[in-house]
Amino acid sequence: MSKVKKGSAGKKGDRVRSDCFVEIELTNSGGIQSTLISKVDSMYGESINDLIILMCEFFEIKNAKIHLDDYGALPFTIAARLEAAYKKVNPADEREFLPKMNKNNLYKTTREKIRRSRLYLPGNEPKFYPNAGLHKPDGIILDLEDSVAPSEKESARFLVRNALRSVDFYGAERMVRINQIPLGLEDLKYIVPHNVHLILIPKCESAETVLEVDEAIKNICAEKKIKENIFYMPIIESALGVENAYRIASASENVCALAIGLEDYTADIGVVKTNKGTESFYARSAVVNAAKAAGVQAIDSVFADVEDMNALRESVLEAKSLGFEGKGCIHPRQIKIVHEAFAPDEADIEKAKKIVAAFKEAKKNGSGVVALGSKMIDAPVVKRALHVIERAIQNNLLKKNWHKNLK
Amino acid sequence: MKLVKNYAGRIVPTEINGETQIPFKGIDKYKPEGKIYGPPIRSSADFPKDGNKVTAGLKEALKRAGIKDGMTISTHHHLRNGDILTNFLFDTISSMGIKNIRWFPSASFPCHEHLIKYLKDGTIHHIEGSMNGPLGRFTSEGKMRGIGVLRSHGGRYQSIQDGEVHIDIAVIAAPSADPFGNANGVDGKSACGGLGFALADSEYADKVIIVTDNLVQFPCVPWQIQGNNVDYVVEIDSLGDPSKIVSGTTEVTKSPDRLLIAEYVAQFLEDSGIMKNGFSFQAGAGGTNLAFALFLKERMKKSGIKARFIRGGSTKYLVEMLQEGLTDYILDGQTFDLDGVNSMRNNPKHVNTTPFTSYNFHGKGNFASIVDAAVLGATEVDLNFNANVVSHSDGYLLHGIGGWQNCLFSKCTIIALPSFRDRIPVILDEVTTLCGPGELVDVIITERGIAINPNRKDLIDALKKSSLPIKSLKEIQREVLEICGGAPTKPKLDRNQIVAVVKWVDGTVIDSLFKVIG
Repeated sequence: MSKVKKGSAGKKGDRVRSDCFVEIELTNSGGIQSTLISKVDSMYGESINDLIILMCEFFEIKNAKIHLDDYGALPFTIAARLEAAYKKVNPADEREFLPKMNKNNLYKTTREKIRRSRLYLPGNEPKFYPNAGLHKPDGIILDLEDSVAPSEKESARFLVRNALRSVDFYGAERMVRINQIPLGLEDLKYIVPHNVHLILIPKCESAETVLEVDEAIKNICAEKKIKENIFYMPIIESALGVENAYRIASASENVCALAIGLEDYTADIGVVKTNKGTESFYARSAVVNAAKAAGVQAIDSVFADVEDMNALRESVLEAKSLGFEGKGCIHPRQIKIVHEAFAPDEADIEKAKKIVAAFKEAKKNGSGVVALGSKMIDAPVVKRALHVIERAIQNNLLKKNWHKNLK
Repeated sequence: MKLVKNYAGRIVPTEINGETQIPFKGIDKYKPEGKIYGPPIRSSADFPKDGNKVTAGLKEALKRAGIKDGMTISTHHHLRNGDILTNFLFDTISSMGIKNIRWFPSASFPCHEHLIKYLKDGTIHHIEGSMNGPLGRFTSEGKMRGIGVLRSHGGRYQSIQDGEVHIDIAVIAAPSADPFGNANGVDGKSACGGLGFALADSEYADKVIIVTDNLVQFPCVPWQIQGNNVDYVVEIDSLGDPSKIVSGTTEVTKSPDRLLIAEYVAQFLEDSGIMKNGFSFQAGAGGTNLAFALFLKERMKKSGIKARFIRGGSTKYLVEMLQEGLTDYILDGQTFDLDGVNSMRNNPKHVNTTPFTSYNFHGKGNFASIVDAAVLGATEVDLNFNANVVSHSDGYLLHGIGGWQNCLFSKCTIIALPSFRDRIPVILDEVTTLCGPGELVDVIITERGIAINPNRKDLIDALKKSSLPIKSLKEIQREVLEICGGAPTKPKLDRNQIVAVVKWVDGTVIDSLFKVIG
């Protein structure tokens, strides 16, 4: 046991909501003495005390002074804060107090899953978690990287781990952005065993980084007997990353998408990030091209102005025109706009339906030539039409069996 | 104190503060008989022929009005949290050595925390009105001498009209008044919009004192309060803090979850077919309420639909709908921002209404039941669609009823609220305090799903094809309890000590609030 006897974790203050602050001091005698100040004391005071006792039994803590300032934190948060505080005193203890896995969180993902919107949630802000999935993003990212202060990195791991188990994601793809490698490799231990679907690898500059992550994940999976594939979305955020984009995208078969992060990229090349984005036009196009060459999705940066929905729509339409298939969201209100803007429009769908119908007809007749009326249709046109149809189905604008009723 | 179980199964007293009470008997079941209460006959011969009723100071006016121990003194809440007058009034009463006043405000605000010292020293015996914030906490801790009485805005009018409450002296803050006592709320530095909540007080109180910080030459028009009902006019420097009387602008909520609820409300109104040409709805100034009106506005524009009237709580958002022709009228009970005040002053289609026109049980009908849809909040609801608006799940009294009970009579009453707050679940097996019976609540809309009262088969059918997440209350509750870590412990209450009662709109007692222990 270390010399430090006192540890704390969490947040306190008048403005804190749905979080708590835990302080624990290991003592030599006196048993467990806990004090609780909670805004939900009359309703959940007993339940909170029960949790404290249960956790002390789990970690075999016999003597301790525990103080908890609670601002309506949910059980998974209290447990994460208490464990984080305890492990500051006793970092050698490798046991983990894992909340029950929510039965709604057992679903899987696929490499091809649509990834139009991904909602970033700060890894140390539990109040945003329980309702995030209600806003129907394609993916939810619990972020351990830029949104978490350096002093909170360890504490946030427990919170994100518990959230992966307890919080209902309502069908959204379950993503975590780990810290930059090598710190991020340590994050993986807290994440991989809890049905995470996708890992975002920030500031990725080489294929080797992807392979390092890949190897670390494979080791954890082997140890924990996890069979499911975990997919990767490397984020290109530097000039070097852009130069190596294709190698990064094709580094592992589990890379499913390649994203660009413009704040860091523009800083790296020494320019100001503008709304127009001329300065990053090359990098974005390079990322799209690398992604397509490697057969993965191309994903655009976040849109930072959460007030301006018209500008967001414009930005998504522009990203779509460059070949991007997804955009990062930092506020739930952005999700619907992003989905609408990425969806193919009605005229495109109608045109694509005719082309695909003609293509199917030609295939059925064993004809190598696709014709619409008297007009011959080239193969790339068919390919693009098939893509539009796929997008339309993914956006619920077209039923999967739309062609069943065609003659 | 004798306690009985009323029609709703709640334990209520048959006597409070020495007055006999009638337990709640069901909706529209209790109808008192006899004559409407009347104030004493007055003669114009007793009043100054030149019409000048200006009196030197509030103390002098109270003295002339014959103030004495145990009287009922009424005030209105149009100055909201900017009210300075009411605090000054009780400073004055206290300085006169008067005790045991029954304070009868149309509502109280956190600024009235100042009055706790007068509750403690016995200047005020008890409050009949709303007990918000610190006053609610004081009451719930069993510290008030008498038992508090909570009434809706309509219930206040009813209690005055049927003589349940006799007002000895009404002290009416008037942002604009003339020496005769004509008064309005749309002009002056303390402009607040309408003065509808003071109407009954002006007509039924034994003595009426107008207090203004903007004395104008006769006539003060419009005269929402008529000088013919007024005894004394007092001029003071300031009625209140204008920045807290009306906000410069009202802000729409930024909470994504509340916006989601608001979107659901708007979609519900469209999918149910309620949103059609000539329809009407009620919108207040709560964060979710403002937002739903904005979402509904978009839907109305898209479908080319126009409302006949909107009931406010007006704000700039409703004013914009009036100006853009999306509604023929705003029928306004109180005005929340400067745009609302200006519109009421300048636009004849922005009409001020009163609890008499809108909510009064003793009227020959009222507007509330004519409205197609009312969107309301609540602190809690239960599995039988009952709702609570005055206390929290820890048992503490924290809010007044406002017009909430009265609005339940709309053709479609929607309660929109988050399914839990921090860790506190909002759907309970049984509400902590019953304020609105479930049979009047048609729809409960949360961010996790929408529950339609099983009695409203028409709405259930209308929503069959809607993409809205229609669920049962039980389903939503189960989901929330899973998140919150089980059902909360019930509050520890002293069931032998009633601290306040909630009246139904007809004057019967629908529920009691008990002293919170510890």
